[in-house]
Amino acid sequence: MSVNKSLTALSPPGPLSADIQLTADGRLHHFLTIEGLPRTLLLEILDTAKSFAGVKNQAVKKVPLLRGKTIVNLFFEASTRTRTTFELAAKRLSADVLNLNINYTATVKGESLLDTLRNLEAMYTDMFVVRHADSGAAQFIAKHVAPHVSVINAGDGRHAHPTQAMLDVFTIRRHKPDFSKLCIAIVGDIMHSRVARSQILALNTLGAGEVRVVGPKTLIPVEVERLGVRVFHDIAQGLKDVDVVMMLRLQKERMQGALLPSEHEYFQLYGLTEKRLSVAKPDVIVMHPGPINRGVEIASEVADGARSVILEQVTYGIAIRMAVMSMAIGARAER
Amino acid sequence: MNLAIRRGRVIDPANGVDRITSLFVGGGQILSIDDPPADFGIDRTLDVEGQIVIPGLVDMAVRLREPGQEYKATIASETRAAAAAGITSLCCLPDTSPAIDSPAEVELVQQRALAAGFCRVYIIGALTAGLKGQTLSEMAALKAAGCVGVSNALQPIDNLLVLRRAMEYAASQRLTVHLYPFDHALANQGCAHEGAVATRLGLPGIPAAAETAAMGQLLALIEQTGVRAHFCRLSTARAANMVTRATHDGLAVSADVCAHQLFLTEEDIGDFNSLCHTLPPLRTKQDLEGLRQGVARGSIIAICSDHQPHDIDAKQAPFPATEPGISALESLLSLMLRLVEEGVLNLPDAIERVTAGPAGVLGIAAGTLSIGSPADICIYRPDEHWSLTADKLLSHGRNTPFLGWTFTGRITHTLLGGQIVYQAP
Repeated sequence: MSVNKSLTALSPPGPLSADIQLTADGRLHHFLTIEGLPRTLLLEILDTAKSFAGVKNQAVKKVPLLRGKTIVNLFFEASTRTRTTFELAAKRLSADVLNLNINYTATVKGESLLDTLRNLEAMYTDMFVVRHADSGAAQFIAKHVAPHVSVINAGDGRHAHPTQAMLDVFTIRRHKPDFSKLCIAIVGDIMHSRVARSQILALNTLGAGEVRVVGPKTLIPVEVERLGVRVFHDIAQGLKDVDVVMMLRLQKERMQGALLPSEHEYFQLYGLTEKRLSVAKPDVIVMHPGPINRGVEIASEVADGARSVILEQVTYGIAIRMAVMSMAIGARAER
Repeated sequence: MNLAIRRGRVIDPANGVDRITSLFVGGGQILSIDDPPADFGIDRTLDVEGQIVIPGLVDMAVRLREPGQEYKATIASETRAAAAAGITSLCCLPDTSPAIDSPAEVELVQQRALAAGFCRVYIIGALTAGLKGQTLSEMAALKAAGCVGVSNALQPIDNLLVLRRAMEYAASQRLTVHLYPFDHALANQGCAHEGAVATRLGLPGIPAAAETAAMGQLLALIEQTGVRAHFCRLSTARAANMVTRATHDGLAVSADVCAHQLFLTEEDIGDFNSLCHTLPPLRTKQDLEGLRQGVARGSIIAICSDHQPHDIDAKQAPFPATEPGISALESLLSLMLRLVEEGVLNLPDAIERVTAGPAGVLGIAAGTLSIGSPADICIYRPDEHWSLTADKLLSHGRNTPFLGWTFTGRITHTLLGGQIVYQAP
């Protein structure tokens, strides 16, 4: 564990303004980051998602909450899984959905991001679901859209992926409802992971007992301790007595950037195997945001094993996104 | 025109002057202090009781955006803003488009600056052809055309051998080399200080070592080549200490810092505030304190604006996609006075850092009120409060994080060669 002692004297970095995400009466308007959101609101999202989790078992999988609303999936970065679950969630809420996959290089050359937004606003849309390669893109868009439009962050650079984090804590909650006693390890490329940043914030906001990050120094961002985590470079220590293991996807391009020597050595040091998992609590659950690199960050025996809840995560992803979309548009409709 | 400036507090750090007295100006020069020269017929008197009279400011680092980026700003617009900011000499960097790497570009800038007539414009020429870091620029020609130094600005020179040769050649032309200690590989296309804020916001980080590692290499080459070198825009406390140590070891080096690095830190990025996107990046509170100490002990001899005016679109994007830089001419003196208020420097030393200090580095006859020197003068009212608003800015760049800040001390007159080039409305 490495804690830089000289930093403890400093005040933690100030939270982002929650104002932009919430209405004057404290309800969700945009969903950009977990940071700055109160615990009660996160619990409301989880409870609302719980009510939607049953919708999939109905013969008609739709509720009419967002009938007549138009939701635009605005994806500046390729994504299949996240975009699909957002689309499915919107359709189950009876909204009209427009999918726009915008070639980022084209916008760099020509139309600016603001111009793109103005054009879409002019079509009387109600919500943008945004994915973008730059950190801060969702904030930027939320600051510049017309007041009647809600923005949901579906991943911005390395910054945040708040719906992923919420579906993760939703999944944990189904298995282990008392967060105060939980020890959770997030393993892998923390440095480049928007998922990890949002997970850390969500877990700490919900009062998790201990959050750990595990990885080589090249993949752990500096001063990450200030987000409220313990850092481990040794996976055997990092997994000891944990209740939850959250694996992260390792991008292949990390080998080129001299961050790691090889996939082989990474798996030798940090790959999750049944043997490694034996130091964790007996009822440990294993999670992964997908898509999985089998044999790189996780062994198939674990990914497909009894303790894996990876496919549950995908299922709950739809309920969480239904909850966030209905709350954001609902907050506005009632104003 | 013979001009008398009466009853002001005249502060001229280079000559140790700080008293309430009169200055007499004629033929574009300072003719005398305290008493008028013999047979001095006064054409005009400025009674500046209660005001402070200082040498016109010398700003070491200004982007005028011309040639090549006139949609951001022009020589005319920015020199006019400089005059309103009390700046009578400024130095522009060679990273224009095309780069200032031949007498043709030097002459173009000189002519446009002369035509505008607001401010003396000095030029640092390119160290390598086209700033590409591969072959040497024609430094002797640049010097003959009037360049006061050479620099590769923030463009990398990947091959240390090229850098060594460039330093040697500059040394033989008696040109000061202005060096940004910035290792591009370590910076790795980052856009914020690698620290708690970048980690929280998921911004690609630039480690402090991008500056200190580069500085270590540069110091070794300076020692090897014997070139007179100036370190531009320090951002870390460690680099400030390295300069102090190098000076102590007898190396001919100097250094500057931009004013905003003495007031802003990574924390000011807050909620992805692109106005705080700078290069080098805003660092930590400890770095800010270390830089302030460097300024106080004099190892950082100059403070500059590092003025970088932008068009609106340059800052209207997600943080990493925005262009770095602050439109900073019009807050320079105010920030200096705030350093005095905050007890970092006494007033004469603060004035010195933006007058005689940078003039000495550039080797130009400016930054003093010595008898016989050009009558470049700034006069300000020390007790007037004002707040910086976008509509008050004369620069075409409105990109400043100091909007809304309230300052004490307001410029009333700027004189260039004895002529009033700015007068407060």
